[in-house]
Amino acid sequence: MAERLIKDYSSPGREGYSLPPLDVPEVDMNEQLGTNYLREDLDFPEVSEVDVVRHYTALSEKNYGVDSGIYPLGSCTMKYNPKRNEDIARMTGLAQLHPYQDEEDVQGSLKFLYQLKQDLAEVSGMDEMTLQPASGAHGELTGLLIIRKYFEDKGIEKSKVIVPDSAHGTNPASANMAGFEIVEIDSNEEGMIDVEDLKEAVDDDVAALMLTNPNTLGIFEKDICQIADIIHEAGGLLYYDGANLNAVMGYARPGDMDFDVLHLNLHKTFSTPHGGGGPGSGTVGVKKFLTPYLPKPVLKRAEDKYYWDYDRPKSIGKVHAFYGNYGVLIRAYSYIKTLGGSGLKKTTENAVLNANYMKAKLKEDFELPYEANSLHEFVLSGIKQKKKGADTLHIAKRLLDYGQYAPTIYFPLVVKEAMMIEPTETENLETLNKFIDTLKTISKEVEENPEVVKNAPHNTAVRKLDEVKAAREPDLTWD
Amino acid sequence: MDYVSNTKQEREYMLKEIGVEAVEEIFDSIPEEIKLKRELEIDEGMSELELKEHMKEIAAENTSLEEYTSYLGAGAYDHYIPGIIDHLISRQEYYTAYTPYQAELSQGTLQVIYEYQSMICELTGMDISNSSLLDGGSAVAEAVLMAARISRNNKVLMSSALHPSYREVAKTYGVPKDLDFVEIGLDGSNTDLEELEDNLDNDTAVIVVQYPNFYGSIEDMEKIQKLKEEYKKVLLLVVANPIALGTLAPPSKFGADIVVGEGQSLGNTLYYGGPYLGFMATTDNRKFIRQLPGRIAGATEDADGDRGYVLTLQTREQHIRREKATSNICTNEALNATISTIYMATMGKKGLKEVAEQSYQKAHYLAEKIDELDNFDVVNIDNFFHEFWVKTKHPVAKVLNELKENKILGGLDLARFEEEKGILLSVTEKRDKTELDKLVELLEAM
Repeated sequence: MAERLIKDYSSPGREGYSLPPLDVPEVDMNEQLGTNYLREDLDFPEVSEVDVVRHYTALSEKNYGVDSGIYPLGSCTMKYNPKRNEDIARMTGLAQLHPYQDEEDVQGSLKFLYQLKQDLAEVSGMDEMTLQPASGAHGELTGLLIIRKYFEDKGIEKSKVIVPDSAHGTNPASANMAGFEIVEIDSNEEGMIDVEDLKEAVDDDVAALMLTNPNTLGIFEKDICQIADIIHEAGGLLYYDGANLNAVMGYARPGDMDFDVLHLNLHKTFSTPHGGGGPGSGTVGVKKFLTPYLPKPVLKRAEDKYYWDYDRPKSIGKVHAFYGNYGVLIRAYSYIKTLGGSGLKKTTENAVLNANYMKAKLKEDFELPYEANSLHEFVLSGIKQKKKGADTLHIAKRLLDYGQYAPTIYFPLVVKEAMMIEPTETENLETLNKFIDTLKTISKEVEENPEVVKNAPHNTAVRKLDEVKAAREPDLTWD
Repeated sequence: MDYVSNTKQEREYMLKEIGVEAVEEIFDSIPEEIKLKRELEIDEGMSELELKEHMKEIAAENTSLEEYTSYLGAGAYDHYIPGIIDHLISRQEYYTAYTPYQAELSQGTLQVIYEYQSMICELTGMDISNSSLLDGGSAVAEAVLMAARISRNNKVLMSSALHPSYREVAKTYGVPKDLDFVEIGLDGSNTDLEELEDNLDNDTAVIVVQYPNFYGSIEDMEKIQKLKEEYKKVLLLVVANPIALGTLAPPSKFGADIVVGEGQSLGNTLYYGGPYLGFMATTDNRKFIRQLPGRIAGATEDADGDRGYVLTLQTREQHIRREKATSNICTNEALNATISTIYMATMGKKGLKEVAEQSYQKAHYLAEKIDELDNFDVVNIDNFFHEFWVKTKHPVAKVLNELKENKILGGLDLARFEEEKGILLSVTEKRDKTELDKLVELLEAM
């Protein structure tokens, strides 16, 4: 049964809010502003507090969260979001701060933000970080603008950014926003960058190569050192998309792989909740020679005092009105302080173990397009099942019937009928086995009763939704 | 402490099933020369008790708004937040969910977005809203880029009465796209409309004004609309305060083509500047919708003909269009949009209007009193909403420090932006007469 809209709870005159009565003498707004500047009507719901609570509780029950079960979206790192981080983020002394309060009034917060920068720099092997970008894509844009500004400052003209075909869509989109032309290069049969192809694509017009490592197939680019040399020798820079950092913490650092700029998705690797699509945080790290170009202000320390440095003549400017998604940063800090250095390494170790266990168990039932060792995620193809009549989308929808979320599907684009699976370290053996068994069951269903898979889902709040109708006859508001 | 559940025995079993002796073997694909051969230099982990103590010590080095009476605004406002909001968004089904890629298991998030879009459209008077952008600043920037794509012009006329940080973010985004930013100066606390008129031409892409503006004043929107309409390709981008729209006429009334703004004041905690949300709405015109950045939810039917919701019109987005997308945005501010949706529903038809009116009335009471003082002058006493600009014969820093000694944050020192001098005070419905009188009394004694 569909839940009504909040406006359908309305009853004229019903109220769900309370404010103290106005205690100052009133002026006539009509006279002061003029009737032309006053609103005639605001057609908002007229509902009670109970209506609001019941409605949004009912809606929440139509959602699936990490606490509901496995969330194996590849490259999304849907790990458990620790409850203690939520408690800490709600502490009054941390939360009730205005962005324009004096630095002396927020020394505690500046101190932990500074420590967070240090810790993230240590994990990633970079020299300086900015916490300003509010999402991964925002971090990409920031990083590419830094690269742009660097070349501009050096008086070197460069117009191209190289992006592998297996890259996230945000990579080319960010490069375009930063004013670059995009050169796409194909992955080779091992699912990696082909060094010879790269050499051909590189010329002195290339400002940067954007790379996810391990890449979106979960495969570590074995030629990374050579790749870095090729780019650097041509005068370009290396950008690291940190979406997959959960695969290497404590084992390898992008900075040591010779990357010059990177972003980290704190809402992936560092456990901050996704909130149904955001907020996130895409902190950006750079090597020392790029620090002058960081967005302003930069958080600094002078003896025991912390302050925002606005005197940054070479800065790219601001990418956010204030300092970034501070509330998210509290949670990431709380996570790092809980785990410590060895906990972060253990996290990676178990994320990789879990993924490889699943891969070992599933590669007989589903085609494994790339044999190379993979780390924290792997990509299967539903090509065998498609030949029998049910494609990857159907399999994904059938998973929902079994009360589990589906993997990322049809991505990366280099794999046909792709299913990109990332279990994360926080899932235990039983949960992994349950997911494995379910996928095996569905594979059997495809052989024996494909219709039940093709018509999935059957048990969810709604059945399969008509996306074509949604796009052809847009119904985007309740008006 | 970590969040790994598997025991040593379970891990050994898994290794056997994979066919390796030790987990390190799996990491052999990382070239030896770049492997980290030491432990990470990050302190050992803490128990929950230790962590809470540690964070308490950090919090104790801050002075929060619990301890101050605040008149700080300038883009982040201390409005009343109904208690039910945190209870509702603390449901794991909302806050731990991912972007609603599997619509059938994400109907809660999708319907919330649909309701959010509906109420943002009602508030702004526009037809189509996206599901949120990263913050007010980036929303302005994205809207400027969108306007330039639609008008196919490069010149951006940006009012100096637009929040200085929004201007800065817009420039950061616009420079790589060869946009030409012209800042239109002030006439008092408003945009200098003569200067605007002089700079308007056929090469102009968009006029950007704030409503109410950075100094709290309301621009002559009718005049701005007239100026804009003299040129066919010029768009009007209005950066609006959503609380003020509880009682102010919607920007659609003055010919706005795109309306954006900072949604923080709709129920979001101050959190030292983020996470907030940028809202964006535009007109029901194919050309505009095709250029809109960000996700959009739409209603549709399921296989049984029942109503349901999906993400729609996705051919604008990066995961499909890659470098040809309207924006790189992927993660947005969904949970903040959820907060704002619940806020708008809770305050409802009467409540939002009352918040706006109380803020207005209290700000006017305070401004009148301050303006009567010998050493203080309210620049925009005749035209402001709930924020106003005070000039004083005293050094501003001294005034604010003295107030702080009395547990009052007396507003924003405009010196921060190095453009104008004075104090920007914001008054919300949370302030009461006793607090307002106390502030006046302290100022009078200076």
